[in-house]
Amino acid sequence: MTAVEEAPVSAAGNPIGFGSMKRKEDQRFVRGQGNYVDDVNLPGMLHGAILRSPHAHAKILSIDTSRAEAHPGVVAVITGKILEGIPRPELLGDNFAWMPTLSYDTQAVLATDKVRFQGQEVAFVIATDRYTAKDALELIDVDYEPLPAVMDAKKAMDSGAPVIRDDKGQTDNSITDVMGNKFWESGNAIGTQEAIEKAKADPNCVVVTQDIMYPRVHPAPMETCGSVAYLDPVSGQLTLWTTSQAPHAHRTVYAMVAGLPEHKIRIISPDVGGGFGNKVGVYPGYVLSVVGSIVTGKPVKWMEDRSENLMSTSFARDYHMAGTIAATKDGQILAVDVDVLADHGAFNGVAQPTKFPAGFFHIFTGSYDYPHAHCKVTPVYTNKAPGGVAYACSFRITEAAYFIERLVDCLAAELGMDPAELRLKNLIKPEQFPYETPTGWVYDSGQYEKTMRLAMEMVGYDELRKEQAEKRARGEYMGIGISFFTEGVGAGPRKDMDILGLGMADGIELRVHPTGKAQLRLSVQTQGQGHETTYAQIVAHELGIPPEDIEVIHGDTDNTPFGLGTYGSRSTPVSGAAAAVVSRKVRDKARLIAAAALECSPDDLEWSLGKWSVKGDPDRAKTIQEIALLSHGSLELPEGVEGHLDATAVYNPPNLTYPYGCYICVVDVDPGTGQVKIRRFVAVDDCGTRINPMIVEGQVHGGLADGVGMALMELIAFDEDGNCLGGSFMDYLLPTAMECPDWELGETVTPSPHHPIGAKGVGESATVGSPAAVVNAVIDAISPFGVRHADMPLTPANVWRAIQGNPVRVDMAVE
Amino acid sequence: MEVTVNVNGTDYTRDVEPRMLLVHFIREELGMRGTHWGCDTSNCGTCVVWVDEEPVKSCTMLAVMADGHRVKTVEGLEGPDGLDPIQQGFIECHGLQCGFCTPGMMMTGRWLVDKNPDISDEEIREGISGQICRCTGYKNIVEAIRWAAEHPKGSEVNA
Repeated sequence: MTAVEEAPVSAAGNPIGFGSMKRKEDQRFVRGQGNYVDDVNLPGMLHGAILRSPHAHAKILSIDTSRAEAHPGVVAVITGKILEGIPRPELLGDNFAWMPTLSYDTQAVLATDKVRFQGQEVAFVIATDRYTAKDALELIDVDYEPLPAVMDAKKAMDSGAPVIRDDKGQTDNSITDVMGNKFWESGNAIGTQEAIEKAKADPNCVVVTQDIMYPRVHPAPMETCGSVAYLDPVSGQLTLWTTSQAPHAHRTVYAMVAGLPEHKIRIISPDVGGGFGNKVGVYPGYVLSVVGSIVTGKPVKWMEDRSENLMSTSFARDYHMAGTIAATKDGQILAVDVDVLADHGAFNGVAQPTKFPAGFFHIFTGSYDYPHAHCKVTPVYTNKAPGGVAYACSFRITEAAYFIERLVDCLAAELGMDPAELRLKNLIKPEQFPYETPTGWVYDSGQYEKTMRLAMEMVGYDELRKEQAEKRARGEYMGIGISFFTEGVGAGPRKDMDILGLGMADGIELRVHPTGKAQLRLSVQTQGQGHETTYAQIVAHELGIPPEDIEVIHGDTDNTPFGLGTYGSRSTPVSGAAAAVVSRKVRDKARLIAAAALECSPDDLEWSLGKWSVKGDPDRAKTIQEIALLSHGSLELPEGVEGHLDATAVYNPPNLTYPYGCYICVVDVDPGTGQVKIRRFVAVDDCGTRINPMIVEGQVHGGLADGVGMALMELIAFDEDGNCLGGSFMDYLLPTAMECPDWELGETVTPSPHHPIGAKGVGESATVGSPAAVVNAVIDAISPFGVRHADMPLTPANVWRAIQGNPVRVDMAVE
Repeated sequence: MEVTVNVNGTDYTRDVEPRMLLVHFIREELGMRGTHWGCDTSNCGTCVVWVDEEPVKSCTMLAVMADGHRVKTVEGLEGPDGLDPIQQGFIECHGLQCGFCTPGMMMTGRWLVDKNPDISDEEIREGISGQICRCTGYKNIVEAIRWAAEHPKGSEVNA
């Protein structure tokens, strides 16, 4: 593969191909010239603000907006009743008060009958400025009749539990997916159960069970969600500037939500201040800005504040996982079974491929070779905010990786075996690839042991274990935690994967101008990943055009081809492949034009970076720039060859790609306070070919910080009355530079055999892999106190309680 | 209320509500969009500007409190000779991804380096600990600020 070849350097000093290169987009960002949605200001623009429910579950008896409407500067106040009066053709629901979710459920745009979570949208004020709009919210009088709330997912299906979705005629809080299932299974239930029972009866085997919770967290990008909508009353054209990771998918959803013709909808997603999955879904606020523009005939801006972001937009995780692992006493894993209770909140708003209602959780078998596995995932409604797939989770692989890596450590503790040794014994071997897991995944490539041994060498694993033993003898508690993860990213093959019926392929368009400068138009959407740089490098690698001569255009549905957007680490595996494919189409066409110009057969030409030359006569050659001009000029082209040097492609991936890695975390724990200090963190990633290693490493750094945050600090908890206890940055703690260590990165490179340039995607690897490394390290540190497991976040209080043998339930404010 | 605030060397006089936050004054009244707003609780630091040579979270100060004071924003970093070393450092060290926290981080970083040209990594980390970045994991931000410390303004390496 091409991964390790050194690319030639352009006149501007950039690699003509792969290699670390400073980012093009930085020039505007360091000058404060980024253009985020809140930076968009239009003439006559009005400002919207949302009144939200203080209750988790309550009947709405009445809403009186008269005082708000009378407030100076208020232009309109919209309620659910008003939305109900707006008919909506061709829709999944009846009217504007409800909208479809990405999982074929419905969600209230503004509550009409009752509110179903604290922070739910109740009314929308449109005013001349932001302050006035917020003032007017306090003048809306809502009469609520509070109802008992379902805050504990474990009690959601109890008989007599309050029914949340009576709007759909439900009599309990079960969730039925579009295929009609109330739960979702993968793997072999009978075989797995038999293997576990057999192991229980065998004195040479052990069976370990453990309840593992991945609590509710939030992606919390620094830029909150928002939009500016303008529906031109004359042309009927809707232009929506919005914080979207998936502008094209959003366009189609708005066509469905609003009944607007899709050719009259233009979505512009300008610079996005971080996404992490938070900006995949369509939120009521976006829809309300559109409604506001329809009602007022003016542009309407809505930007949520931080509390609105944390309390109402897409949360992540909330998975209660009951695991069982069976193994021989010498550490050969035999079977893993897991029963999951999935808390989806009040509306099933998860964003994931239709045929995978539990996302890709069934990759929980991890990086190990064993014959039997089974999972069952049961989703329920609760009186919490909707969402579920967000926060760089690769469609629930975060939960899966955390689960298996925690469970394997529990097994190691039971066996009295070193967790590194246990993993090495069970890792899938290089010669087993492509490897089909017991739950049906086909891993493309990997050299797992090599990667793990590199991580152990970098961290000095054996010396650390010696140090740990010495410290324990002195009453000091350090811990070493390992996580070995495998992801499946790049959704996905059209035959298997769609969202709302939209296949997950990505279009791309490359235009090479007469002077040899190029424009590449992407369907995917950067939120900081550096697409303007890396995509130019892919084209440079394929065509020899310097990256500074290639402009990457994205984030505007009128100027880019259709595709499903950026999440689930899918840009490089899908759209990145499209960039290589479309470049090769141009290269093939350039060959025909070069042959015509050189008066030879195309078969007589050979490609070297940036030019076609005659075999054996390298002086007879045409550069790609010369060919670009020829293609637009008067040269007589061969029959069947059109002028110009442009191409389009739609890439339908044959399989997911499977990046993986080994992370090792070293912590010191103060048993008196429960304080955890991360001393070191070694991360060895294998994401196949690295297009821009600098950017890859940056992505890994960010994901590692996410993992530290989730493992030690971040939590959206609730009290029994439904009050959200993580509704601001005072309560929802994110890691700062003080909590993050100086990351130590390593790499192995095992290209994907089916990706055109061998790249696998890396955006979420570290978020997926790191939480287990931190938690395993903390549990390792306090294992002398008899602790085998404690749930995240491992705050000082939670660690201290675990040491006392009295662990807390983290997700509920109950004793 | 009428206020006059000197921003990046120019006096601006505006009639504002007494409750208007400085961050909104800078963004909405003056149209300088490089200073961002990311939380309601003074935790995130995307709004950091200098007021009279000290970094301040501009969401935590009213515009009227800045009356008669000097404010410096990200738009004031670049000089006639080009980018400030703190800006160049963020490019060189890949200290930004989505760019949203970057202006605030650079304003604090510039101040830290001005105050202590021999600043240690630990001091940099402490100095930016009131600000949040969700993309970078901070390592490259620390290196970017260190880069600026090692490339004083007007030095040949920077030129």
